[in-house]
Amino acid sequence: MTPTLQLFLIVAAALFCIGLLAALSRRHAIFILIGIEMMLAAANLNFIAFWRFGPQPQPPTGVMVAIFSIAIAAAEAAVGLALVIAVYRHYRTTNVDQLNQLKG
Amino acid sequence: MNSVAFILIALLTLAAALAAASLPKLIHAALSFAVTFVGVAAFFFLLGAEFVGLVQIFVYIGAVAVLIVFTILLTRRDVGKDRGFNWAGVFIAIAVFAGLLWAILKTQPLSIAAPPIEALTVRRIGEVLMTSYVWPLQCVGLLLTAALIGALILVMEEKR
Amino acid sequence: MAWSVNNVWLIPALPLAVSFVILSLANSRRKSAAALAVIGQIAALTLSIFAFVTTLQTPGYRAFHNFTWFTFGDSALGLGWVLDPLAAAMLIMIALVGLCIFVFSIGYMAGDKDFTRFFAYLSFFSAAMLGVVIANSLLLLFVCWELVGLASYLLIGFWIHKPSAAAAAKKAFITTRIGDMGFFLGMIWLYGNSGTLLFYDDGRGCLESAGLVMLGSSATFIALLIFCGAVGKSGQFPLHVWLPDAMEGPTPVSALIHAATMVAAGVFLVARVYPLFAFGDEDGVTPSLTVVVSIGVITALMASLIALAQFDIKRILAYSTVSQLGLMMVSLGVGGVAAGIMHLIAHGFFKALLFLGAGSVIHGVHDEQDIRKMGGLRFLMPVTFLTYAVGMMNLSGVPFFFSGGWTKEEILHATMRWHASHLPHYLMLAGVVLTTLYMTRQMIFIFFNNRRAVSDLAHESPRVMTLPLIALAICSIVLGAVLTPAWPWLHSYLTGETARFDATLFIQPVLFVSLVLVGAGIALGAWIYRNAGMEDRHRPAETDPLEHAQPALFRFLEHKMWLDELYERTVLASSRAAARFSDWMDRHVWDGFVRAFGGLGQLFGIFTTNLDERGINAGVDETTSGARGLGRVMSGWHSGQIQTYLGAVAVGMLALLIIYAWLA
Repeated sequence: MTPTLQLFLIVAAALFCIGLLAALSRRHAIFILIGIEMMLAAANLNFIAFWRFGPQPQPPTGVMVAIFSIAIAAAEAAVGLALVIAVYRHYRTTNVDQLNQLKG
Repeated sequence: MNSVAFILIALLTLAAALAAASLPKLIHAALSFAVTFVGVAAFFFLLGAEFVGLVQIFVYIGAVAVLIVFTILLTRRDVGKDRGFNWAGVFIAIAVFAGLLWAILKTQPLSIAAPPIEALTVRRIGEVLMTSYVWPLQCVGLLLTAALIGALILVMEEKR
Repeated sequence: MAWSVNNVWLIPALPLAVSFVILSLANSRRKSAAALAVIGQIAALTLSIFAFVTTLQTPGYRAFHNFTWFTFGDSALGLGWVLDPLAAAMLIMIALVGLCIFVFSIGYMAGDKDFTRFFAYLSFFSAAMLGVVIANSLLLLFVCWELVGLASYLLIGFWIHKPSAAAAAKKAFITTRIGDMGFFLGMIWLYGNSGTLLFYDDGRGCLESAGLVMLGSSATFIALLIFCGAVGKSGQFPLHVWLPDAMEGPTPVSALIHAATMVAAGVFLVARVYPLFAFGDEDGVTPSLTVVVSIGVITALMASLIALAQFDIKRILAYSTVSQLGLMMVSLGVGGVAAGIMHLIAHGFFKALLFLGAGSVIHGVHDEQDIRKMGGLRFLMPVTFLTYAVGMMNLSGVPFFFSGGWTKEEILHATMRWHASHLPHYLMLAGVVLTTLYMTRQMIFIFFNNRRAVSDLAHESPRVMTLPLIALAICSIVLGAVLTPAWPWLHSYLTGETARFDATLFIQPVLFVSLVLVGAGIALGAWIYRNAGMEDRHRPAETDPLEHAQPALFRFLEHKMWLDELYERTVLASSRAAARFSDWMDRHVWDGFVRAFGGLGQLFGIFTTNLDERGINAGVDETTSGARGLGRVMSGWHSGQIQTYLGAVAVGMLALLIIYAWLA
């Protein structure tokens, strides 16, 4: 048996949900970032899988989207981590439970 | 495509991802995160997108994982055991996974097997990047520059 | 030579460009400003000479270049320029006299802090006037005409810190504007009847026979309306009042206004549209030309009488200009177009000479303008004295040697040949005597008799000021060579005939008459004023001999025939009364209406206030308190916990997924 598109999609969905889990459950800001990166990777995996199994794999569309997505994810990670450091410097904590300045 | 390889990679990736999401020590989680991304890169290789796989390794293992480790070091005083765990998150994540799984299985697949394609060379990617995707490329360049400057300004020492 | 026709527009364009360049210079770049202005004027003069040479090809040469400015509907508005003897002769005169005045100004204005601005305005003035001369469309002429007006406003009011200068500038601008109103109406009427404002357009222009026939009897009225503009610009009665006040500007400006540019524009305009005036004539007499003659005669005599009783050196010259312009108008009116233009050109030279001479005198005696305080300057300022004397001889019309004399003869001839009446001829002969008389008086007061207090300070002006004087003096004498009846070259050039030399025509009967008259005038002047101001060298000459003899008449003339006061009492007073009446109407009648409307509005306002407070406000209050309550509830949901928000997003996504799958 060779892997089918559905199998790839299921793995990507699992990866996405694990990322969501990390982002939703852990208290540390860095975990939230890790979770978001995992969700992005799952999306990339989907792009590549759809491209490979799609009817027109000749133009590398999915690959291109994945490359740009990785570049944007890198930028996001850099800014996100910088934010974590800045927040830590200001509040002396990275626990998102205590960062509730936006409370209504 | 080798199904054995697929199963192995899938197991490795998902296990590492679960570890990254659940290990109490941050530094362990960061290392598991790196392993997860190695797995994703392996998937890319498997799918014939070698270039993306390499980019994935360079960017995530080479840069983002290192950045995370540095951040952990810089915010060390706060780092210890992660306090508390939100079980509502677990519930929501499982619900979303169930929904996605249901949607995937319900949908008719486009094709069973991947069509054979000629290898996607770096040369071809370069050509495409410089022709049809030149504007997105420029925009991403601008974005990265802005992110670089923005990150620097964010972490600069505040003037007293 | 087509080159010089197609590029005639450069003649005004160059000084115009120069003026803008100078305006953009810093105030301290005095040398470059003066150099630029003079170079621009020299360029204009060179091009004018090229244009002039072009017109010499054939007698009655005329070339024009028209283009469409813009079209509306079926009709198009054309502009263009024309090159004919009239334009070419004027171009040379304006450019040459302008150049002399520019050079003179370098010396005269040397101490002024707004030196650069002055030269920018001068160039602008010259450009506008050159534009008037080459215009082949009444519209273009009008535009340049108004630019001339603007430039004169800027220059008369150049010393803006002097209230009298500001007032004079305003007076000149508004008074000429009254005439321009008529000009504008005439132009619209002309366009309405003929459908074109081009002068020459291959038979379709408004000055060519086809266009004139279309006008029919309205030509007389159009001509008179256009003449209103000329009356304003050329200082004819009753709009002459601005011209003597224009003396408030720097003296080179007065020279430029009185000699080459502003006042010449009116005479030139009449000459340019002369076919309109002469349309449908009987023996050279039309109603509109008769009006021109009458205005000219009145102006000439009135101004020379007033000049007799003035003490300001520049005012005397100003009134002499008014009188000379009247003379030119008479000449145009009786059909002597060429004679009028010849006199205009000759007058341009010698009046510029006189004004610059006056400027030199004023400069020499340290800004004193009252001739009673001067005296005996002939040895102290010899160059100025000699050149001034040449100018005086020209103005008085001394025959044989001076261009002014020959052109005056031409005009007297023209008036003599007029069929309608001989009255203008005799009145002009009287004018000759008066002119000679007041010029003799001025010469005696300034240069002869005892030295007075200010004379001791007097010194000859620098070379840069005397050279233009000498140049103009020579020009005004040499010009006479082409004006004599024996070889009337300029006359035939302007009328398009071929000049023949005929020595027998050299001596004319009128010549002896005017020789006698001029001699009588000078002798009379010398006799009347022989003792003027001989008494005491340290006090100004208090009285004028004429004042002794006829105090009442003298006072009447000294106060310019009370014309300013008359306008003050009538025109200004009535306009003030009208203003007061409008004010009263505004306060008591219109205001009442406004208040009534306001009251209605207020009533409506009270009504709506009640409606608002009782009806609408209650509803709005309910809604607001409801929204506030909802907001309180919603703000409770905002925990500030980022993970709660993220979870909500995930739940939302799940919901969308389910809905999507359901529908599919």
